[in-house]
Amino acid sequence: MNDNLAIEARGLTKRFADLLAVDSLNLDVPKGRIYGFLGPNGSGKSTSIRMLCGLLTPSSGNAIVLGTKIPGDTSELKPQIGYMTQRFSLFGDLSVLENLQFMAQIYSFPKAQRAPRIDELLERYKLVEQRKQLAGTMSGGQRQRLALACAVLHRPALLLLDEPTSAVDPQSRRDFWANLFRLADAGTTILVSTHYMDEAERCHRIAILDHGAKVADGTPQQLREQTGMHVIEVQAEEPYAAQKAIAKLPEVASVTQLGIRLRVLIPEAIEDPLARVAAALAADKVSAEPVLSTPSLEDVFVAATLPGRDKAA
Amino acid sequence: MISVSRIMAILKKEVRQLRRDRLTFGMIVGIPVGQLLLFGYAINTDVRDLRTAVSDQAASHLSRQYVAEIEQTQISKIVGYVDSADKLEDQLRRGVISIGIYIPADFDRRVLSAERAAVHVLVDGTDPTIFGVASQLRQLPITFDTTRSRTVTSNVEVRTFYNPERRTPVNIVPGLMGVILTMSMILFTAVAIVRERERGNLELLINTPVSSTELMVGKVIPYIVIGLLQLALILLLGNFLFDVPVRGSVPELYAASTLFIGANLALGLLISSAVKTQFQAMQITVFILIPSILLSGFMFPFDGMPPFAQGIGEVLPITHFIRLTRGIMLRDAQLFELWPDVLALAVFTLLAMIAAGLRFNKRLD
Ligand SMILES: Nc1ncnc2c1ncn2[C@@H]1O[C@H](COP(=O)(O)OP(=O)(O)OP(=O)(O)O)[C@@H](O)[C@H]1O
Ligand SMILES: [Mg+2]
Repeated sequence: MNDNLAIEARGLTKRFADLLAVDSLNLDVPKGRIYGFLGPNGSGKSTSIRMLCGLLTPSSGNAIVLGTKIPGDTSELKPQIGYMTQRFSLFGDLSVLENLQFMAQIYSFPKAQRAPRIDELLERYKLVEQRKQLAGTMSGGQRQRLALACAVLHRPALLLLDEPTSAVDPQSRRDFWANLFRLADAGTTILVSTHYMDEAERCHRIAILDHGAKVADGTPQQLREQTGMHVIEVQAEEPYAAQKAIAKLPEVASVTQLGIRLRVLIPEAIEDPLARVAAALAADKVSAEPVLSTPSLEDVFVAATLPGRDKAA
Repeated sequence: MISVSRIMAILKKEVRQLRRDRLTFGMIVGIPVGQLLLFGYAINTDVRDLRTAVSDQAASHLSRQYVAEIEQTQISKIVGYVDSADKLEDQLRRGVISIGIYIPADFDRRVLSAERAAVHVLVDGTDPTIFGVASQLRQLPITFDTTRSRTVTSNVEVRTFYNPERRTPVNIVPGLMGVILTMSMILFTAVAIVRERERGNLELLINTPVSSTELMVGKVIPYIVIGLLQLALILLLGNFLFDVPVRGSVPELYAASTLFIGANLALGLLISSAVKTQFQAMQITVFILIPSILLSGFMFPFDGMPPFAQGIGEVLPITHFIRLTRGIMLRDAQLFELWPDVLALAVFTLLAMIAAGLRFNKRLD
C-alpha cells in the first residue's frame, strides 16, 4: 500500500446478474488531487464510486480507501468520506438549515462549532437566502450547492462527487470548481465524475471508463498527446455533404460536426491522412478546407470510447 | 457503538418530516376516528326487524296468534301477506324479503299431531347472520293456550356476562384497537423507510456513520408514541360515544398495547426491508390486514374457526392482543392471568426484530 494514495483499487469488478457493470478496474488516486471520472452513460462510474465507499460489495477485486480495506468493515471509513450522490438525496421536506443541522448531528460534529460551521457553509455556497426554504423546492443548482455543503460539512479527507454539476449553469459551475480547488488545496482528495470536457480539463488526472472498463488514464495533457489519432479539422460551407464524403473513407474512425466545422479522427497508423480526406472531398465535389489539428479532450474521449476499440492498458 | 445523539438526530428529523406530511398526520387521527365511527355505528351483529312476508293458508285463530308472536320477537318485521308459497319464494329470490313464513291450510291439525312440520320458514341463506338469527324462530313455541306447550323449550337459562345488553360496540372496540394499530403501525413504519429508499435518502444515510440500529430505533420511536396516542383516542372516543368500559387496569392495558405496537413496528421494519416501493409496502400491509380482521377473533368467534384458520390466527399478533384487550377492558382480567398471550406477543416481537435487523443491511445490494 502506498501512503500517498487515497484510493488504490485493484481488479475491482461488479456484476449485476449477467451485466458486467465494472470490469477489473485499477485506479490510483493520489492524495490531495482532483481525479476526474469520465465515461458515457452506463459505463460504470456511479457503480465504481459506490463500491469505493462501501455502498456496493465488489463481485471481485479489492481496494484500499484511506487505509480501509474494501470489501470489509467500512465503519472507520464513513466519517472520513463525503459523498454526493448523482441523484439529489437530501431531505426535500426539510429546510436547507435543517438538512445541514441533521448532517452535523449525524457526523457528531462538535456542538460548539456547529452553528459557526453551518453559517460558514451557507455563506460559501450562497445559500444564506434559502436557509429557511425546503430543499425540495429549490432549483437544481441550489440543490447541488446544498448537497456539496452537506458533503463537506464534516471536513472529510476524501470527497466522492457523482456528477455534481449536471444541472448547474456555467457561472455556478465555475464557482463550484473554485470551491473544489480550494478544498483540494487544503488537502482534500476529490474523485469527481462528469460529462463536461471543460471540467475534465481542470482535473489533475482523469480516467475514462467505457462499458465498465478503464480505457484511458492520465493527466489531460498526457491523454491529449496519446490519443493514437490524427485529428483533422475541416471547414465546409456544406458540412453535411462534407461529412458524408469523409465518412465514406474506411479508415476514418469518427467524424463530429461542430457548427460548420468537422473534426475527423483517423488512426495514427494511417499515412497521409490530410491527402486522403482532401481526396474524398474532391471525389464528391465538396469544397472544403482540411487542416491538421491538435487533439482536444473531447477528441480523446471520442477516440477512447469508440465502439469496437480494444481496451487500453 | 450506539450513539444516542445520532438516534436523536434521526428522531428529530422524523418528527419534523411527519409534521409536514399532512396526509400521514391526517391518517394518524383519521384512521382511528373513522374506523371507530364506522364500526361503532354501522355494524350491528344484534340483528332485528328482518323483512318477512307471510302466506297464511289456514287463516285460523291459532295461525294469526302465531304470526303475532313472531312479530313480538322483533326478529321479524312483517312487511306483507301473500297468497301462495310460490310468491314467497319469488319475493325471497328478488331480495324483497329475508324470511318467508308459510302456514299450510291444515295448520291447526298439524300443530296437534307431531308428524309433519306445522310451519315452513323460508330463509335467505346468502347472509350467514340472517340465517343464524332466523333459525331462532324455530324455538318459538306454538300453543293453543298458555298451559299446553307443544314445543318443549329447554330449561337452560343463558346469562350474558360482561356485556348483558349485548351492545356491539362493547365487543367491537377492544378488537378494533388491534385492527387500527395493526393498520397504522405497519403501514407507517414500512412506508417511512421505503420512502427514503425511493427518494434516494437511504443512499446518503448509508454513507454516514449512522448505524442500522440507530436508524431503526430513531425511526421507530415516533411511531410508538403515535400508536399510544391513537390508543388513547380510541379509548376516549369509545367511552364517550359508546360507553365502552375499561374495567381492568389502564396501565396494564397500555403495557399490553406497547408490546403489540412493538410487534407491529418490527413487522413494518421487516416489510420495509423486503419491498422496493411504497406501493408494495401498502399491498403487503393489506395482505396482513385481511387475515388480521377475519381470523383474529375480531369479526368471528375464534373457537368456531377450523383448526387450520386458528393456526393462522395464532401466528398473528393481533389475535393475542384482542384476547388481552377483551380480558383487561371487559372482564377485568389482570395481565399475568393472560400470560400465554403476553408471551406470544413478546416472542413474535423478538423474532420479527431479529429478522428485520438481519435483513436491514447498511448496503445497497
Ligand atoms: N442495482 C443495479 N442493478 C442492475 N444493474 C445496475 C444496477 N446499478 C447499475 N446497473 C447497471 O450498471 C451499469 C453501470 O451503471 P452506472 O450507474 O455505474 O453508470 P454511470 O457510468 O454512472 O452512468 P451515468 O453517466 O448515466 O450516470 C448500467 O448498465 C446500469 O444499468
Ligand atoms: Mg452515474
